[in-house]
Amino acid sequence: MPHRSFLFFILPSAIAMILFIALPIGSVLVQSLFVEHGQILHEVETCSPFGGCTTETRVDAEATNALRAAQPLGRFNGLGTYLNRNHLATGEIAAFWSASGSWGQFWSRVSQLPFYRALGFTIAYTLVVTPCGIALGFWIALAVNRIPKVLKGPVIFVSLLPMIITPLIGSLVLYWMLNSRGILGRALQWIADDPTLSIGSSGPLTWAVLFLYGIWIAAPFSFVVFYAGLQTVPQDTLESAMIDGASRWERVRFVVIPHLVPLATFVALVQLMDNFRVLEPIVGFNAQARATSLSFIIFNDLKAENGQLFGSAAATSMMTILFVVILLMPVLIRTWRDFSRKPA
Amino acid sequence: MTAHRPSRLLSVFATLFVLVWMVTAGFPFLWTAWGSFKVEPDFFSRVDWTNALTGVNTVRQTGGAFTGDGYYGAWVLNDFWAAALSTAIVTVATVTLSLILGTLGGYALARSGYRYAFWILIVALIFRAMPHITLVSGYLVPFFELNIWGTLTTSIIVLVAINQPFTLWMLHSFFLSVPRDLDEAAMVDGCTRFQAFRTVILPVMWPGIITTGLFSFLLAYNDFAVTAMLLRQDNQTMIPKIASFLGSIQNEGNVMFAVSSVVSATVPLFLLVMFFQRQIVGGLTAGAVKG
Repeated sequence: MPHRSFLFFILPSAIAMILFIALPIGSVLVQSLFVEHGQILHEVETCSPFGGCTTETRVDAEATNALRAAQPLGRFNGLGTYLNRNHLATGEIAAFWSASGSWGQFWSRVSQLPFYRALGFTIAYTLVVTPCGIALGFWIALAVNRIPKVLKGPVIFVSLLPMIITPLIGSLVLYWMLNSRGILGRALQWIADDPTLSIGSSGPLTWAVLFLYGIWIAAPFSFVVFYAGLQTVPQDTLESAMIDGASRWERVRFVVIPHLVPLATFVALVQLMDNFRVLEPIVGFNAQARATSLSFIIFNDLKAENGQLFGSAAATSMMTILFVVILLMPVLIRTWRDFSRKPA
Repeated sequence: MTAHRPSRLLSVFATLFVLVWMVTAGFPFLWTAWGSFKVEPDFFSRVDWTNALTGVNTVRQTGGAFTGDGYYGAWVLNDFWAAALSTAIVTVATVTLSLILGTLGGYALARSGYRYAFWILIVALIFRAMPHITLVSGYLVPFFELNIWGTLTTSIIVLVAINQPFTLWMLHSFFLSVPRDLDEAAMVDGCTRFQAFRTVILPVMWPGIITTGLFSFLLAYNDFAVTAMLLRQDNQTMIPKIASFLGSIQNEGNVMFAVSSVVSATVPLFLLVMFFQRQIVGGLTAGAVKG
């Protein structure tokens, strides 16, 4: 296709992506260097005939609003927002480092800081949910492959539900069952023999439930992809493995799994990207007291009732984007290698 | 040799495992749909979980074993119909625009043999990985300044743009499966490139376009980050509306509004899987095999 007609065809899509994906990233970068104006204060001296004079500090609402309207970005703050307590907290970490006696003490104090707390949960969620979801999907695919044909349609139908469900709705549906007055929450209390047990009051339990939710919505996707992959496993290879005396598990291990590896890398890539942006379950499970994610703290800054914290949200966003690029780095490097090896 | 005949034990085990998975995947929806016709003290029972089945309090409060009070409260008293209307407008417009931009772009990417087409796909992959909320934090200040915040049009355009990377990838791989000879034959017969695209390629692409449309629909319908931040209270779509029910949860009965609106919002998705199961499965595997 000549360059001219390529440009003609790609232009609408390219403009949309440049305007609403590339430019906003630039806008985030600029915003992260600014911070909201404080209120303008001025001193008023009031004198009464008897009491003498007192000076009072008042908020000059008019001047504050005028300044905010004139400079909507706020004032320039450089890297200040990145380094403050709510983000990288360099000052606090230095203080912890000198004050803490042991590594354990140091880490437990660092993990209390908002940014590191969110980062820790986001990474844990991504690293737990991605492999577990893929593994569960793989086992479901193997099992569904063995059951009678008439059952397969309904099984696939039901399996698709957690995947296509709106994440907020999915997490609410599970949350209502799991909270202390829901059916599963009651069952948990009965099993643990502890009537006061509730998911929300325990940190590890909240994390576990969020992970389970993640696996619940992630597994169907891997299941469907692997199930389709299983239909194309070369039968000859399977049969010759059987003749050579390979056991059932050996056939899965040495024939089926190698056949599915390219699919697994694709699934892993998509799921890593999706799990890293985890936001809705924390809203749905009302879990922010026990677990926050990078997306959630950005959301929280933007939702703030008394004044949205654009600078703070932008700084977290920039660092999140940086992590996404790091996450994609292996893929990008591999593509780059494949590409430069190929003769142009 | 035992390996030759299928082991019965293994089949039984597989069937059991599938059954457990089906219950895990399906029961939560069934339970919530059932519970949405009960009153709060039954569905969230402090006393006895079987109340949700028998509906003791529902009978006492409303006279029947099932009640539509939750639905009445959400749809009529709390204007959930308006949110449903907003959702309908946003999803239909987003899907249509996504497909128009996506087919043009995907076709170009599939037919161009140059290096830059490859790089555009890689950049699209990076864009696909951006968490939506990070982009939203970039929109707000400029949108306030341009005075375009809070309208459905803005949200639609943003959703179309956010969907583009995914749409491009998917349609690109569908277009690759249409042989190049087809457009070349049309162009030899005197079609321009665009005529060949519109009259020859698009008609054979319908299955791919429908599948991609389904996924664009899901992206737009399921979105929370964009619509929650970019729409006003009065033109909110369903998902942010449900989230705002949760905010005012103190009042007795409000939880049931949320439950019934959650069930209402699940119905279109349920129908979607019922009618388009084949296309959804096909789309997932097409992306996996070719992407």
